[in-house]
Amino acid sequence: MKSLDELKKIKEETLASMRIREEEPTVRVAVGMSTCGIAAGARDTLNALMEEINKRNLSGVTVITTGCAGMCQREPLVDITEKDGSTYSYQNITPEKAKVLVSQHLVNKKPVFEWVLATRGLCREGAAERSGD
Amino acid sequence: MKIQRAHLLLCHGTACSSSASENIKDALEKELEHYGIADQIRVIPTGCFGFCAMGPVMMVYPEGIMYCKVKPEDAAEIVEEHLVKGRTVQRLLYKEPGEETRLADIDDIEFFRYQRREVLHNCGHINPEDIREYIARDGYLALGKVLTGLQPREVIDIVIESGLRGRGGGGFPTGRKWEYAAQTDAAEKYIICNGDEGDPGAFMDRSIMEGDPHAVLEGMAIAGFAVGASQGYIYVRAEYPIAVERLDIAIKQARELGLLGKNIFNSGFHFDVQLRLGAGAFVCGEETAMLNSIAGKRGEPRPRPPFPAVKGLFFKPTIINNVETLANLPRIILNGAQWFNGIGTEKSRGTKVFALAGKVNNTGLIEVPMGTSLRTIIYDIGGGIPKGRKFKAAQIGGPSGGCIPEQHLDTPMDYDSLLELGAMMGSGGLIVMDESDCMVDIAKFFLEFTQDESCGKCTPCRVGTKRMHEVLVRITIGEGKEEDIGLLRSMAEDIKDASLCGLGQTAPNPVLSTLRFFEDEYMAHIRDKRCPAGVCARLLRYEIIPEKCTACSVCARVCPVDAITGIPKKPPYEIHQDICIKCGACQAKCPFGAIAKV
Repeated sequence: MKSLDELKKIKEETLASMRIREEEPTVRVAVGMSTCGIAAGARDTLNALMEEINKRNLSGVTVITTGCAGMCQREPLVDITEKDGSTYSYQNITPEKAKVLVSQHLVNKKPVFEWVLATRGLCREGAAERSGD
Repeated sequence: MKIQRAHLLLCHGTACSSSASENIKDALEKELEHYGIADQIRVIPTGCFGFCAMGPVMMVYPEGIMYCKVKPEDAAEIVEEHLVKGRTVQRLLYKEPGEETRLADIDDIEFFRYQRREVLHNCGHINPEDIREYIARDGYLALGKVLTGLQPREVIDIVIESGLRGRGGGGFPTGRKWEYAAQTDAAEKYIICNGDEGDPGAFMDRSIMEGDPHAVLEGMAIAGFAVGASQGYIYVRAEYPIAVERLDIAIKQARELGLLGKNIFNSGFHFDVQLRLGAGAFVCGEETAMLNSIAGKRGEPRPRPPFPAVKGLFFKPTIINNVETLANLPRIILNGAQWFNGIGTEKSRGTKVFALAGKVNNTGLIEVPMGTSLRTIIYDIGGGIPKGRKFKAAQIGGPSGGCIPEQHLDTPMDYDSLLELGAMMGSGGLIVMDESDCMVDIAKFFLEFTQDESCGKCTPCRVGTKRMHEVLVRITIGEGKEEDIGLLRSMAEDIKDASLCGLGQTAPNPVLSTLRFFEDEYMAHIRDKRCPAGVCARLLRYEIIPEKCTACSVCARVCPVDAITGIPKKPPYEIHQDICIKCGACQAKCPFGAIAKV
């Protein structure tokens, strides 16, 4: 160990993988993984999300699994909740769509309104039109 | 490094390890494999969460949910329900005693609410076998700051200003001790970490060494820089195998990253640490005996002065600091002396870790600001006394300390208030006793311990503790005399005055302290030949209450020595006192409550 910068580098590298243990607000991605979700292929969706997030090294994103939201015919459902609490619910998210969501919504910060089922909270314009679909 | 969607933090401290946390880890990993999500979720072994009564304990992140008393059989349900389907496993959540609601968030749990975990902030949060996780939580940053920006004198001044006092027992100001060693001119100096935690019921230092070993190493290196030492030793008991293993791994990892060794942070400062295992002699926790033991000699104390800070290991200036003291240092350097000053009381700054044991619902490892009352510790954090019994006293400071009775429950726990009560902070072992504990018996237990552990070098300790123990035995078997009280007091004073080291000087404390608050209990044993708590077997009698006896003959059948006779269906039965060994089996089995302990 020769400098504080060297120490800082190790810190930041490791922190990326430890971030979910710190109770700080992050962007949260919830995948519906109840029986209906799994039957509709949510497992593959989840795997695709994790793969893509790792590929892009998005350490500020938390991925969780969640239960049935009641709209079983629209599964796999993926909810993305931003730091301000606004939520975008996406429907019929196949593994291919999941990868697009990561690049468009999580990286480029552009929600894919075409797949939005509903929104909650202060969502960006365009989302409201489709809310309650 | 891979990003995962969940971390399972599973306690691998000594208590949870003995409840098979390693098997739980294997079972969880097998299930994760089975569901094909092993690369998305990581099981991480950690140090002690402190909630040993509820162990094995597991935290699930990102939700921050705590599961209690986890068994290997629960692994399948946890993985399928929580990690695949996102449903909390309700039955494994914590429930406050007497309440129905189950609590998922640890901030809602009383045991954690009154705590302030500063020294333990990494315990249960990082993998102690991975130096990178320690660094991620600002580990070794304090050492880096010290080595790249401060002079040794400035470091000593920060520690003096912080008001940090030794956590091993005596409470000597850490910075002052360093000052003596720094002022002594010598080519070589040493830093020793005292990890020889020997008090019965104490496990604070073990938990820190197991849960956050790098904090100890970093503290030692900072101390080394401040006083001008380049070699450190950790003296740890061989009975702490997990602590030894984790320290060993920590030292190796720190050397690999150049955080121990030559020219750390390119500052020209060299520091290395070696482990020394103690064989478990209590006296080796005394600093001069420890110095002998590290040097390969017999673990016997020597007179002070000269103090180790002037003439210690291999006759060189040596700083001996306790594990918890050292683990405080990185936090003080990073947050500043003012921050530390803001916690605790005027003369006792900072927090203190206590090992809560005995007759209390939530046994475990806790950390509170200095000055927290004993009542808060026992009732709010500890959850009160089990079985609806009444609190009697708490023994603090182990065999060197004393007891705090009920009327002093509101005493602030700091160095000076405890000394005033004839007790002492000690290392932080806190044993709670209820009405079913006999104070004479407790005093006898501790004296038996110290006389057994006396190294035998000086007469007052070697012979004195033995004689005192004999008097206590006499009292507990009903052969005590009224003069024994005075005799115990005068022997206690003589032993305190004349013993060579801390072991003898403090050995009579449990007797003096119980005499101070519970003399009537001693007198009941001596005058009335009665043990009010019903502990001292020789002073007890079991009797059958004729009105309640139905002559069912259960008692006669369970009696191991055939001391009970009678004719079935013709009450009452009779206990023959000359044969009875007072085992209590008859009372436990009597279906009618017809047997009384008098």
